[in-house]
Amino acid sequence: MDMNVKKKKLGLKEKYAHMTRGLDWQTSYQPMEKVFPQATFEGIKIHDWDKWEDPFRLTMDAYWKYQAEKERKLYAVLDAFAQNNGHLGITDARYLNAVKLFLTGISPLEYVAHRGFAAAGRNFPGVGPRVACLMQSVDEIRHAQTQIHAISNYNKHYDGFHDFKHMLERVWYLSVPKSFFDDAFSAGPFEWMIAIGFSFEYVLTNLLFVPFMSGAAYNGDMATVTFGFSAQSDEARHMTLGLECIKFMLEQDPDNLPIVQKWIDKWAWRGIRVLSLVGMMMDYMLPKRVMSWKEAWEIYFEQNGGALFADLARYGIKVPDCLTQCSEDKEHISHQTWATFYQYGGAAAFHTWMPNDEEMDWLSAKYPNTFDKYYRARFTYWRDEAEKGNRFYSNTLPMLCQVCQIPMLFTEPGDPTKICYRESEYEGEKYHTCSDGCKHIFDDEPEKYVQSWLPVHQIYQGNCFPEGTDPTAEGFDPLAAVLDWYHFNNGHDNLDFEGSRDQANFAAWRGMATKNT
Amino acid sequence: MSNVFIAFQLNEDTRPIIEAVLADNPHAVANESPAMVKIDAEGQLVIKRESIEELIGRDFDLQELQINLITISGHLDEDDDEFKLSWLN
Repeated sequence: MDMNVKKKKLGLKEKYAHMTRGLDWQTSYQPMEKVFPQATFEGIKIHDWDKWEDPFRLTMDAYWKYQAEKERKLYAVLDAFAQNNGHLGITDARYLNAVKLFLTGISPLEYVAHRGFAAAGRNFPGVGPRVACLMQSVDEIRHAQTQIHAISNYNKHYDGFHDFKHMLERVWYLSVPKSFFDDAFSAGPFEWMIAIGFSFEYVLTNLLFVPFMSGAAYNGDMATVTFGFSAQSDEARHMTLGLECIKFMLEQDPDNLPIVQKWIDKWAWRGIRVLSLVGMMMDYMLPKRVMSWKEAWEIYFEQNGGALFADLARYGIKVPDCLTQCSEDKEHISHQTWATFYQYGGAAAFHTWMPNDEEMDWLSAKYPNTFDKYYRARFTYWRDEAEKGNRFYSNTLPMLCQVCQIPMLFTEPGDPTKICYRESEYEGEKYHTCSDGCKHIFDDEPEKYVQSWLPVHQIYQGNCFPEGTDPTAEGFDPLAAVLDWYHFNNGHDNLDFEGSRDQANFAAWRGMATKNT
Repeated sequence: MSNVFIAFQLNEDTRPIIEAVLADNPHAVANESPAMVKIDAEGQLVIKRESIEELIGRDFDLQELQINLITISGHLDEDDDEFKLSWLN
């Protein structure tokens, strides 16, 4: 790029001051608290909204200029990718399943983030954060759109990409990321900022967009790495906004500290649970691996998050309690999550498989304390059974955590051979959670979490069959009916990668691309 | 003191930027991964407009960094001449 840079009339600081202040007005015929009804109920006290400052000092004119440049670069790559059959350049068709999970589980959240930041911008009475929320809201819809556009190239050729929006609102594992954002969006604007702006953007998106996207590059997926890095260039701004927001709340009033701390504890844990999906994508779904989930965790969570909490200590912020458990969990969660998806591979809109010997050796080397001891024998057994024609699929439904909505698949702290679950009681009913972290969140706001739409409960209540289904009819197949309601193409979108249409097509098309017959 | 970092996409736009950053921050270390480079530095990292301009031979606006930026860590302070990341503790 060769941009023409003109000498500026105003310096960056002056320009920021002029273009983000004095843009609002005091209301006359309605009181301000009725115009901004959500600004106070969470208990956060703000005395001077003008103390808010965006460290990037980005103003809308500059925003449009740089975003337009990012879009031009991105769409040039997407065109080149489509024109040159870029989909045949990936390492291995198994890789596509990570992209399917990304499209169904993550891209729709970008759209919810767009709505959430638009709402936060509307609900904050200060102009500085309102401008920042506006930019982030536009960023997020850009991310949703560019991801859908980039991935639509794969939808022309492969299974499982056809109906992500419909699936998000129904499918059991997609309720995990969906409920995370629903939980944040149904809170107030300040909690939203901690949940998404701080916890998700600052502490967690690096783990998704940096090593995973680098992994996409390593696996030849030019489309995904380009939209990923294009999105992450906005995330750098979002992380800064999240951090600024925390500092702003803590500096405005000492009474804000316990509220902010509670939200940090809650949303760090909520975010970590959602990231189990990313752990499994990195360790199992990338045929060529950049780094293990554990290594990524150590760089981006332990070192970077550690630096952040050391810095926030001057405000009295403490490291969330759940982090002690995380240093144990990082050795296990990707294996436990993949094992679960393998067993439920009949009910997922992507293919699953067991790693080959070389991949198992890589896992052993990366997880010397756990992989051989707890997982390798089970995985080898499943693989051997599949080779004999006995591919194992679980046909019963698992219990879900009332808070994170993940099946009870994680193990007890200190004992990786025992499934962990916790029980709470609320108004005479029992509720189950997967961990101390989720139980703590439930117990703090049971009136919120008893309303969770839990896919397994809904299936058992008969709410997940196509209209007109008669479950009492002879030969009724409940799983087939649920998959039909999910809009899964049963037999093509789901089941093992071995023997799938994707596998056969990719091999045939790549053969055509390299030979003349 | 904790590390701050900044990561860029690896391309022809960022090659001189990375060169300038490493020259201006002798304590910084560049770590390459596929398609990207992550520059780690203890305590703080300063990116200077003038150093980049010298290498690319044209005027440069530090906000252009955003186009190829992947991620940052640390408190940011940006003005017309410097883009500075730091931890206070």
